[in-house]
Amino acid sequence: MPWRTDVVYLYDGTLQGLLTCVFESFSCKELPMHIYTQEECELSLFTAKWVDTDEEKARRVWESIPKKISTRARQLVLQSFYTCLPDKERHILDFLRLGYAAGPSVTERITDERVFVLQKAVKHLLNEAHLLKGFLRFSIHGNVMVGVIEPKNYALSLIAEHFCNRYPEESFLIYDKTHKQALVYQSYQAVILQLDSFEIPKEGEEELRYQRLWQRFYDTVGVEGRYNPKCRMTHMPKRYWGNMVEMAPRENHSDAYADKPAFTSLTA
Amino acid sequence: MDIMEKLTILTNSAKYDVACTSSGVDRGGAPGSMGSTVGCGICHSFASDGRCISLLKVLMTNYCIYDCQYCVNRCSNDTKRVAFTPEELAELTMAFYRRNYIEGLFLSSGILKSPDYTSERLLKTLLLIRNKYHFRGYIHVKAIPGTDPALLTKLGMLADRMSVNIELPSQKSLRQLAPNKSKNDIFAPMKLLTSSIRQNSYDLAHYKSAPAFAPSGQSTQMIVGASPESDFQILSLAQGLYQKYRLKRVFYSAYMPVSDNPLLPARGTKPPLLREHRLYQADWLLRFYGFKAEELLDEEHPNMNPLMDPKCNWALNHLELFPQEVNTAPYEMLLRIPGVGVKSAKRIMTARRNGSLSFEDLKKIGVVLKRAQYFITCSGKLACGLKITQDGVMRALIGDKLPAENKPEQLSLFAPSAMLLKGEIRQCLGVRT
Ligand code: SF4
Repeated sequence: MPWRTDVVYLYDGTLQGLLTCVFESFSCKELPMHIYTQEECELSLFTAKWVDTDEEKARRVWESIPKKISTRARQLVLQSFYTCLPDKERHILDFLRLGYAAGPSVTERITDERVFVLQKAVKHLLNEAHLLKGFLRFSIHGNVMVGVIEPKNYALSLIAEHFCNRYPEESFLIYDKTHKQALVYQSYQAVILQLDSFEIPKEGEEELRYQRLWQRFYDTVGVEGRYNPKCRMTHMPKRYWGNMVEMAPRENHSDAYADKPAFTSLTA
Repeated sequence: MDIMEKLTILTNSAKYDVACTSSGVDRGGAPGSMGSTVGCGICHSFASDGRCISLLKVLMTNYCIYDCQYCVNRCSNDTKRVAFTPEELAELTMAFYRRNYIEGLFLSSGILKSPDYTSERLLKTLLLIRNKYHFRGYIHVKAIPGTDPALLTKLGMLADRMSVNIELPSQKSLRQLAPNKSKNDIFAPMKLLTSSIRQNSYDLAHYKSAPAFAPSGQSTQMIVGASPESDFQILSLAQGLYQKYRLKRVFYSAYMPVSDNPLLPARGTKPPLLREHRLYQADWLLRFYGFKAEELLDEEHPNMNPLMDPKCNWALNHLELFPQEVNTAPYEMLLRIPGVGVKSAKRIMTARRNGSLSFEDLKKIGVVLKRAQYFITCSGKLACGLKITQDGVMRALIGDKLPAENKPEQLSLFAPSAMLLKGEIRQCLGVRT
């Protein structure tokens, strides 16, 4: 009997939910046109079927991946889930179908569209997470460090370990404004919470002093004779600037983005 | 004097050192401390010149008893002199690090009183940072020529990377322009670092608890365009440093005129950025692509072709080796195809196990077909409608406009190939891709 394709799945947006959808697809011989979260759901010509997240089914799928395909394939699935790839759920399902048929070599088929599309999205995610490890700025309020990011992908999960490992004795909060999630770390414990809104508290004198020192360093370290704003933009796209101290307008000067070193060369 | 002014002056006099990386050592955090290092390095910002900012790059002081003509800090230069105290600098480093502004500290210094006196102050700063503040992040410190070996060893036990800058690529230029430094002053500490690093990696292999000596190795910098050496001389010297001294990196810095000395380019002369860029590309070929300096340049062609990157240039001079069949060529040969980088060569090796590759597949793999197409076949076929003559390929690769020397804006015309500019180099160089 051919697989039914005129159906759309709805799920709760969790990884377990998606894995349950994968289970559902195989057990009902259905190949859903799309797998959507509730918010994404629009009127559709197809039957929408709500898939209840089931821990047991999810676990069975999760464990089958390294057994029948490979641990690398499972990592790709997990990372793909954190990307902003449109229709990522359906792409993940396609990849798994291919993987179950092809076995461990599937992640080597880098030119197969079903593999390529996930690997490309994951590359974008990893790149964004890497940049954020550098571009994230903390401000310090009392004893708590606070940072805000606006990533395209769900990068918070990928940078969490890096920051927890780097600042083991600190307490900090990183807010993902795009996805309204917060990573909260304290006393060697980290959690990611849903948080609808968050405002950075007003900075104290000491915090402002260090921000000014950092801005001054930034304004001074660029070599005038090599001024190259396009190159800067390539490496540090403008969408990150809004959360970076050194790219904020200066209090006392007009050159809003520190285009020129503030301190003219000592020897000029 | 306030910290703001010191920071300004001591950043200003440190900024011509181009080493910017925080890579080479993976050291996780630990309870009771602050900081970690990441093998591939992290860029925290990009300056207005497009270069990566990874470390707090400052001088301990810009006082200097020496008179190196190419340097802003030379004693004959009339400029305001200041010095950080070790406490000030340690505090500033920690405050910046905690806010995630930086990966760590890059500390250099003018020579105050004597090399040993200066190194003592560097040491004091590092001791504070490591022992009082329990910092586990990245530290790059300069080995000041003429410093007592015992002091250098102590610094090496606290730093991740050490460097001695060669600055001028020949003894003659050194004698003329850096009268207080001899070749031996530079190579003696370099040799010491090399043997300490080697001895230490042996110790580490045998006793797990041995403390690490500069685990991210040693680097140096050469100034390009201040003195008359050719690219061939510079590249050969770099190759020797990689082989003989096991250097991790050689940095090249286009000379920014800061002096009226008649032996040096006059003030206002543009820095030779394109030349610097070509040297980085060639350096990359030495380190990751299996090329030798003598393959890229020789006595008759001692300077790099400004019109095209050194790999394309090499390939055009060896058309007898091309086209290469992508589905069978050995890895070493894939690496030599213009438009194929280390990553794409590896991906080709993987992907072709699952069937033969087409031009379309190569695109997905990340090969830059625009350049590679002239040098490859896929299952015996050339890309459609291509005719290969040296002249034609050359024209196709450089485009129809000829870029002028010293105009980095023009680089995009013959887009420095993606494969040569991956990662570190792209971020450090401040070149457009
Ligand atoms: S010793 Fe160093 S700081 Fe002093 S003048 Fe020479 S290069 Fe400059």
